[in-house]
Amino acid sequence: MPLIDRLEEAKRAGDYQGLLDLIPYARFLGLSCAMVGEELITTMRFGDHLIGNPALPALHGGTLGALLESAAIFELLWRAETIVLPKTITLTVDYLRSGAPVDTHARSVVTRQGRRVTNVRMEAWQTDRSTPVATAHAIFLVMRG
Amino acid sequence: MPDEKSDPRAVEHENLRLKLVRGFSGNVPHNHALGIQIVDMQPKVALFRLPYDGKLVGNPDTGVIHGGAITALLDGASGAAVFAALEELVPIATLDLRIDYLRPAEPHRDVMARATCYKMAKNVAFTRAVAYHDDESDPIAHSVGTFMISTRGVKK
Repeated sequence: MPLIDRLEEAKRAGDYQGLLDLIPYARFLGLSCAMVGEELITTMRFGDHLIGNPALPALHGGTLGALLESAAIFELLWRAETIVLPKTITLTVDYLRSGAPVDTHARSVVTRQGRRVTNVRMEAWQTDRSTPVATAHAIFLVMRG
Repeated sequence: MPDEKSDPRAVEHENLRLKLVRGFSGNVPHNHALGIQIVDMQPKVALFRLPYDGKLVGNPDTGVIHGGAITALLDGASGAAVFAALEELVPIATLDLRIDYLRPAEPHRDVMARATCYKMAKNVAFTRAVAYHDDESDPIAHSVGTFMISTRGVKK
């Protein structure tokens, strides 16, 4: 079954994790998704393979970028009425502090939903939500076909 | 650097420094986990390869790797380019990274990333990088980044 159909199915069943498990790279990063109140929270479970600086130690910046981009994509897939696979046009990540070797959470807000293009803001935090480790914004192409 | 090439001791020092950067970048656990290879290090330039691997796939229908893997590749190569531009190895921290995704990567093909530290200021280094399969003029993604240069010197 194509991914898009499986997405529709997972969405109907409310099975976020089943959706994530279809994506090999999401498994590699250790991503999971959960609805917390009205928010879709994406979590990256800490693993040694995510380390970028073993001396500190700190997470690799690329893992935070990947988490933030994934969180935005899940948000778009989950909230949109008709599912199209969003294509990332640009992603800009601000690294605010080094990522500790613990779980990291992310959430996204759609700032503008256009006919062809959607703008999203994202933030990632660890133990304290009020001190994010990274924020980002991204633009996605959301045209069908 | 034509002026440096004239002095064999400067060349030797430069090679040693680049070797150090290479070893340093090769020691990053996440680079290892992704399978990233350091192909070449030159002053201010790093060339990385990300071999195609099923675990990096973002769309199982097409086998195209996830944008996140490209992000990690560009981030890693850009950081290495900054190290390759530093006089001495001091800690650096990514301030920001913007990535333009120009076209999807093709499945079952390695992705290369060439990063350049095009400006080294007192506190901040500026990078640009391009990801491609085998033709740099047909890029998959392009990035610009800024890095903070530590003033504290190398940590123990």
